[in-house]
Amino acid sequence: MIRFRLFKDKTARLTMLGITIFSLFFLLLIGIGLFYMSLPILREKNIWTLLTSANWKPFKGEFGFLPYIISTLHVTFIAIVIALPFSLLTSIYLIEYASKRVNNFFSPIVDLLSGIPPVIYGVWGTLTIVPFISEKIAPHFVEFSTGYSVLAGGIVLSVMIIPLLISIFCEVFSAIPNEMREASLSLGATKWQTVKKIVLRKSMPGIVAAIALAVSRAFGETIAVLMVCGNIPIIPSSIFDACYPLPALIANNYGEMLSIPSYESALMMAAFLLFIIIVFFNAISRLILNRIERRYQV
Amino acid sequence: MQSTNSLQIENKDENIIADSALDSYVVNPHIRVANLNLKIGDNHILKDINLNIPPKKITCIIGPSGCGKTTLLRSFNRMHDDSPNVKITGKIFVDDENIYDENIQVIAIRKKMGLLAQRPCPLPMSIYDNVIYGPKLHGAWQRRKLYENTKHYLTEVGLWEEVKDRLKTPANQLSIGQQQRLCLARGLAVEPEIILGDEATSALDPISTKKIEELFVTLKKDYTIILVTHTLRQAKRIADYIAFMYLGKLIEFGTTEQIFNHPQKQLTKDYISGYFS
Amino acid sequence: MKLLEEKIFKSLMLFSAFAIISILGFILFTIVSKGFASLSWDMVSKLPGGGFYLGKEGGILNAILGSFYIVIGAVLLALVLSIPVTMYINFYLPKRSFFADTVRFSFDILFGIPSIVYGAFGFAVMIYFGLKASLFGGIVVVGMLITPIIMRSLDEVARLVPKELSEASLSLGATKYEVIKVIIRQLLPGITTAVLLAIGRGIGDAATVLFTAGYTDNIPTSLSHPVATLPLAIFFQLGSPSEEVQNRAYAAALILTIIILVLSLSARYFSRKLSKNKI
Repeated sequence: MIRFRLFKDKTARLTMLGITIFSLFFLLLIGIGLFYMSLPILREKNIWTLLTSANWKPFKGEFGFLPYIISTLHVTFIAIVIALPFSLLTSIYLIEYASKRVNNFFSPIVDLLSGIPPVIYGVWGTLTIVPFISEKIAPHFVEFSTGYSVLAGGIVLSVMIIPLLISIFCEVFSAIPNEMREASLSLGATKWQTVKKIVLRKSMPGIVAAIALAVSRAFGETIAVLMVCGNIPIIPSSIFDACYPLPALIANNYGEMLSIPSYESALMMAAFLLFIIIVFFNAISRLILNRIERRYQV
Repeated sequence: MQSTNSLQIENKDENIIADSALDSYVVNPHIRVANLNLKIGDNHILKDINLNIPPKKITCIIGPSGCGKTTLLRSFNRMHDDSPNVKITGKIFVDDENIYDENIQVIAIRKKMGLLAQRPCPLPMSIYDNVIYGPKLHGAWQRRKLYENTKHYLTEVGLWEEVKDRLKTPANQLSIGQQQRLCLARGLAVEPEIILGDEATSALDPISTKKIEELFVTLKKDYTIILVTHTLRQAKRIADYIAFMYLGKLIEFGTTEQIFNHPQKQLTKDYISGYFS
Repeated sequence: MKLLEEKIFKSLMLFSAFAIISILGFILFTIVSKGFASLSWDMVSKLPGGGFYLGKEGGILNAILGSFYIVIGAVLLALVLSIPVTMYINFYLPKRSFFADTVRFSFDILFGIPSIVYGAFGFAVMIYFGLKASLFGGIVVVGMLITPIIMRSLDEVARLVPKELSEASLSLGATKYEVIKVIIRQLLPGITTAVLLAIGRGIGDAATVLFTAGYTDNIPTSLSHPVATLPLAIFFQLGSPSEEVQNRAYAAALILTIIILVLSLSARYFSRKLSKNKI
């Protein structure tokens, strides 16, 4: 009886350890797998040419990633620029000014916003943002725009990263000890001055980390952006032009390109590129956030 | 170097006195602690403890907080096994078996002892399931017998009348005093020989405390009971023997009457008369 | 001057908080008002009939059921992986363990990997093994996506389990494995919340199932059959030139939104109410 229980105990422990170790290597496995599958194109072409050429003609064997990379950067940049002030101000309001009741009211709203599936954001974008750009905004600046554009992608994406930014900002702000605020308030500073001079300054690393996380989230967002950004592989010349981010490239073409040599490998390289950049951004921001959590925990 | 040496000699002296003191009281100890040392990292928590616990009596371990009394209690059922950095040397004999021997099964040791923690901690299940949790682990399966046992032990702790109509309700709906008695019944249900109490009444109200204390006094006819307490009055009320610890050392051991009325050591005298606590 | 600045910023804050609430309202309003017109009982109870994609009769039962099949399989897979990992790093390893922190860190990173990368990687591996787009493929890849989600929220609640609980059970002579079983009971509310959140995330994700699950008008009867999913039903129908079909996409979007709302609300409810056996 005791032996059997001890045997079960040991088996369970080893199984758990095994699964834990396996999961630890899973990240590595994805990285190596993607790298391995993008090897054929890397052997064929110079990596620098791949990244800086704007020629995307799979049928002729030319794979220039530049339009996709530029598109991704443009869309992400716009999304951050729009989302940052809104989420920063809202988070300050929630942590520094608002009562508990307001917070309780707000937290399901943030949850819901982050829970809405990308495809729904895409539907919403095509129904509202796209026509709005093409009819109301674009005519003031350019002759013609379908509305499916860098700007549309950026706007939709910004709404999608706002909940992420808010939840991390709130965590970072509430990690600042109250004594610091009180010290500043007791010197006669107003609440906003305290926020500006103490809270924001002290949480700079956390804010940077949150932005890095949001950037990596924006880089990888696929369906919603794909539905509103037009998908034309040229380098966009204005924010009202269509664009074609990396994830959309993979989503639109993978699975249907097996007859063209190197195409699959090129798409795998796109995935590998995304993977590396996102892992890098994630790692940095997690390291910063973990350090913040540890510093104020003790 | 020199200073540590002299310190050790001093230690030994004290142990000799403690030993001789208890020999006259305890002929057949239930638990015998021999040269127990415990370190957590570089912190020397228990220093050369030698102690004999008499069977079927209540022994209280007293001393100021941080003196190592809880640590000592937890080493009786090897609760330090999972803590990293804890190093234990020396021996603890229970029924003449060294529980720190390599061939000993720790679950068998723990089955011999019920532990009552500072705050009651019912398992996340019903009242009934809490009581049968231990017996089931150790192989009991007949529903009838499990039920009879539950009734028996809940009656023993005086909880049966209060809960017999709601055995299937979650245990955390009981009051905190009831929870502690449930935890006691749960510990008794695995049929231990020894009950360990780690300041078992410190979270309770006076009435519940009184109930638990009365329980201990009735239970000692069947069980060896070891209690850690920091209230001297409690020790005075229920203890048969008292062990006084200070800074990781066992200073004095004796009957309650002896410790309270004729302490041999100045430290003991100072502590029980309330110079420090 | 000081007070003016205070006033300006405070109103800016109120404005942005209000803007965020209205955006949510705007999104929900758009989806409901567009989708409600085409929503019918047939939509949720019938398979696509002949000529469905030209605007004829039928519904998207295939996609609704398919999504649930995939997400249920994926949740089971994710639980099988994440429960052992959480238990191991929280209850077998010491509190400040480098190994445990490394595991947490790697899950944090896995959490950030976008679904398109999981989808592409998963499909490439499936090709390598000669598998076609199928229910099985969808389950595995969605499982990869939600395992880090479940693991991270489990880890958060596991850290809050009082030490006394495992000691109480240990002192009764339980082995570590038996202690873990008690702890899992204690964590049930947390597990339920984590699962509901993960279902929401898994059911709405399109990029993972785009290549790996395929699309079909039927309900799959085996793991190797392809399977339709709600997000793809929306995505594909929206791309149709026929207005009839596009309207159905809006109705499908409404259905998905309702599912997400229900999941999100019940996650909140469970995290509060299901803690009745908890200390």
